[in-house]
Amino acid sequence: MNMLVAILVRDMRLAVRVGGGAFMGALFFLIVITMMPFAIGPDLALLARIGPAILWLGALLASLLALDRLFATDHDDGSLDLLMMGQVPLELTVAAKALAHWLTTGLPLVVIAPLLGLMLNIDLHALGWLALTLAAGTPALTFIGLIGAALSVALRRGGLLLAVLVLPLTVPVLIFGVAAANAAIAGSTPFGPAFTILCALSLFSLVLGPIAATAALRHGLE
Amino acid sequence: MAVIDLANPTRFLRIVDRVLPWLIAATVVLFAVGLYRALNAPDDYQQGATVKIMFLHVPAAWLGMFGWALMSIAALGTLVWRHPLADVAGKAAAPIGAAFTFICLVTGSLWGRPTWGTYWVWDARLTSTLVLLLLYLGVLALYWTAEEPGRGARAAAILSLVGAVNLPIIKFSVDWWNTLHQPASVFRLSGSTIDPSLLTPLLIMALAFTFLFVTLHLAVMRNEILRRRVRSMRLMQAQEVRA
Amino acid sequence: MELQAEGLTCSRGGREVFRNVGFKVPAGEALIITGRNGAGKSSLLRMIAGLVRIAAGRLSLDGGLADTPIAEQAHYLGHQDAMKPSLTVAENLQFWARFLGSRSDINPALERLDLAPLADLPAAYLSAGQRRRLSIARIIAVARPVWLLDEPTSALDAPSQSRLSDIMRDHLATGGIIVAAAHGAIGLERARELKLGVA
Repeated sequence: MNMLVAILVRDMRLAVRVGGGAFMGALFFLIVITMMPFAIGPDLALLARIGPAILWLGALLASLLALDRLFATDHDDGSLDLLMMGQVPLELTVAAKALAHWLTTGLPLVVIAPLLGLMLNIDLHALGWLALTLAAGTPALTFIGLIGAALSVALRRGGLLLAVLVLPLTVPVLIFGVAAANAAIAGSTPFGPAFTILCALSLFSLVLGPIAATAALRHGLE
Repeated sequence: MAVIDLANPTRFLRIVDRVLPWLIAATVVLFAVGLYRALNAPDDYQQGATVKIMFLHVPAAWLGMFGWALMSIAALGTLVWRHPLADVAGKAAAPIGAAFTFICLVTGSLWGRPTWGTYWVWDARLTSTLVLLLLYLGVLALYWTAEEPGRGARAAAILSLVGAVNLPIIKFSVDWWNTLHQPASVFRLSGSTIDPSLLTPLLIMALAFTFLFVTLHLAVMRNEILRRRVRSMRLMQAQEVRA
Repeated sequence: MELQAEGLTCSRGGREVFRNVGFKVPAGEALIITGRNGAGKSSLLRMIAGLVRIAAGRLSLDGGLADTPIAEQAHYLGHQDAMKPSLTVAENLQFWARFLGSRSDINPALERLDLAPLADLPAAYLSAGQRRRLSIARIIAVARPVWLLDEPTSALDAPSQSRLSDIMRDHLATGGIIVAAAHGAIGLERARELKLGVA
């Protein structure tokens, strides 16, 4: 346990010291949301209607871009070799890294999402629920992304390959995340079922992600 | 040295060389019979003759999924038993499965055009098939970007298995999403319940397509084995120069 | 305790790097792997470390912990240093010490390698030789019986090399095992040799 905490602390420290960490992900999110009205037009009613979708897409892209370096830096400086020789199962090591990634990339998104929701004219009462759907769904994005990160580091390729591999797998998360958010705003469909499925997807990815990523690292790097 | 590694594939190549002509003949016959029956099948009262695209579209859909199932089984062979033919089988299945999925999308689009008025709608079936195609392209991307065939095969194997697990979830999600946004399904691409007079030609076409898949698959596997041999020989040549 | 290998074969990138390699290294002894570039010295070390798949053959650590892979009882010192530039020397070492299973203080290790004055400096400011010493500090900060060293004396100046020799001798004296890949001598008087790349 001590060992997993050590990884968590180290990765979070690195995220903060290198490349701005939490701040950078949130900034990217802000910029992407700001770009949307330039493309869509400042029609407030329209923005409010598609607001949850825009926020979710922004969160998806922001999570994805930071995943690139998850294994790459460790691979490049030889740390990955040593991480594979630890006394903890590699699956747990990888999960600890993913958790650190979510805490420094996903969680900041959740925190500033209400503010961005205001910019998109989403109902005030719904902002909390919106943040909740992001909190439940962004772990799934990180843990599914883990698989793509492991596969692309084994092949020594970067961000685009990762996105190509990961995005189709995140379709269910996107569908249920936006559906839950919309349900909270419009109330026409019940919030419960969509949110529950979203949580189930996250829990499932918490298991599948590390297992698949470990297999990708072991088989791909030998 | 590397010759021992190729012993199994050599036996395989010999079997393929013998079997392939028969498979090609069987495929041609099945397609002839199937197309004849399909073209002579009665028109749908609603859609007219365009329903006949179904004879291409539905088998293509089945084979798109069959391709992924084949890749997943090959993936187990690669990761668990390290069987050299498993690598090749998986790599051969991917482009063929992707091609059938693409055919399914194109025929689906053409089939729906008269009814929808556009070439594309985001209905549940077509959208799931599109996501399947994207997953196929992801696997193909792994094969293309890998410098070393073994690594590419292992990475693709893992993605195949991850995809196999996720495909039911994706299908369920897309169906759910579709009912959320389109409460009334106006037009289902599979047509209403399939009349028996359409069923037999459909099954014959499906069998023909399956034979086509297997024939192509074996031919592609043969090509891949030969390609790997060339690569091994080049590596051996490079080593000799160094020594 | 004895590290035993029999009939080891390695293939990487579709070509066979070495085949039928065997050796025995009892506790307190060292094995030097020599051979020209490309003969597979690094691959053999990585194979023992569990980072490269064993295509054929057997590898075992008799007398080691039961049901534990060799990778968890070995240190691997490769060409890279596994140190993060943005963390300080102490933070880097502290992380590896904790991750690899040690709860003891890292300061003795830092002092042994003469890195104590640099403890609070970001690793980015270190020279290549100092980074190498930090990697060696990692190996003595956590006690593991088997040491797998890939060209350990490269990037080290003469005083550091003799310090490394002392460290290696101490490890062997306490019953440790060393397997090192090198082009020449690494400062140990008695060591078995395994030459790779001869047909």
